[in-house]
Amino acid sequence: MTTLIAQSGPVIPNFGGGGSNSCVRENRTFCWDWFTSHWSSNFQPHLVEHIVLTAIAVSVGFVIAMVAALFAYRRNWFEQPFTIATGILYTIPSLALFQILVPITGLTRLTAEIALVSYTLLIIFRNILTGLREVPEDVREAARGMGLTRNQILWRVELPIAVPAIVAGVRIATVTVISLATVAAIVGVNQGLGVPILDAIPTTFNTEFIAAAVLTIALALVADALLVGAQRVLTPWARGRAAYR
Amino acid sequence: MNDFVDAFKFMGDNLSLLLNRTVDHLLLSGAAIGVSLLIALPLGFWLGHLHRASFLAINVSNIGRALPSLAVIAIGISIFGLGFLNSMVALVVLAVPIILTNAYVAVDGVDDDVVEAARGMGMRPVQVLGRVELSLAIPLTFAGIRTAVVYVIATATLAAIAGSGGLGEIIYNQASYGLPGVLAASFWVAALALLADLLLAALQRAVIPRGLRPVRHADAAVAPPDALRSSEVAA
Repeated sequence: MTTLIAQSGPVIPNFGGGGSNSCVRENRTFCWDWFTSHWSSNFQPHLVEHIVLTAIAVSVGFVIAMVAALFAYRRNWFEQPFTIATGILYTIPSLALFQILVPITGLTRLTAEIALVSYTLLIIFRNILTGLREVPEDVREAARGMGLTRNQILWRVELPIAVPAIVAGVRIATVTVISLATVAAIVGVNQGLGVPILDAIPTTFNTEFIAAAVLTIALALVADALLVGAQRVLTPWARGRAAYR
Repeated sequence: MNDFVDAFKFMGDNLSLLLNRTVDHLLLSGAAIGVSLLIALPLGFWLGHLHRASFLAINVSNIGRALPSLAVIAIGISIFGLGFLNSMVALVVLAVPIILTNAYVAVDGVDDDVVEAARGMGMRPVQVLGRVELSLAIPLTFAGIRTAVVYVIATATLAAIAGSGGLGEIIYNQASYGLPGVLAASFWVAALALLADLLLAALQRAVIPRGLRPVRHADAAVAPPDALRSSEVAA
């Protein structure tokens, strides 16, 4: 019977053909050769899976949160129940949520996505709603004065002005999902950069730990930077102002 | 669905096991939170008081959020080996940014006029910090502590992979406890996190100084973890 928990005590490493490689045999901090020779078979596919997991979770979460936020913006009573429900989901530890879903949806990508989406909802919902509510009343007044209807004001005035707050929410959600997606591998969903981390645990093989961890962190930073770029593209009117700051 | 019924049976049959693991879990979480508070609060308050290093104090939390907890624990294994110490250090690394940023933003954001007035009343710098800035910083600081506590309790489950015990040990060890045991521990730890959040929400209401308690503001401060607050930080 094997358990997932790393065993202390002497470990005889056998890291896939590392026999002749003294760096791997001695388990030094980072073996660049091992990393490059396992890039295409191990890290690259898991990195791609990780990106796909994240993109799907954030997109689905965004759509649900947007619909909910627009509804709550028109009907105030909806805010509290949605916040409480998604707040509970947000508080459940990821490992527990993944594990509870496994008997229902199996060891599939769906299991991972349901859990990951549930962590994005509260963050994005609150940011959209806050963004919409913080639109200055004068601006709304001016739009009404120009004869815009309620829906035109929403789509042409309020939402564009709320873009920075919305993007801030998407950034937090994206980074959170990238971090939590590593946990999916623990319950047996064989996807994402959690897989190599998990592989390395029984042998405490440093190179694999560090490579997977650094890739995850790098992915989070790159995704965050891309979203900042997207915000600049979406709000051309803010660019000049930012330059003078 | 049978698995879930069995999970609740498991809870009834193994109550003492679950309670023991809960105590371990809370000891690890408590130690990590204690160390994090000792590091993050003085540093955050001090930097906020000086209005210095805002880039550091705020970006540390953005990077902190990007650190995947499992990756931090994994790197911890390669540095500290297995066991309680590794898990505690990993949890501290993850909790410090949250507490630090909120403490910094809370003190840094205290209205300059209020500080000016306190000086004008003849308060010494220590009094200004202790009686004015820190009092006004309580709500936001506590919100950060609450987020960090819930995060640490959740992540302590993951940390069991490095052999630190707690409820995660049951979740990882399906070979010994079976699926019902794993599910039971999952529900248990979820309940623990929710309970901690509720308790801290109540405590949060109690620690906010009376002068800072207009109804509307209190509501906003009690809202779930750091969604709104971190949006302000990230924006």
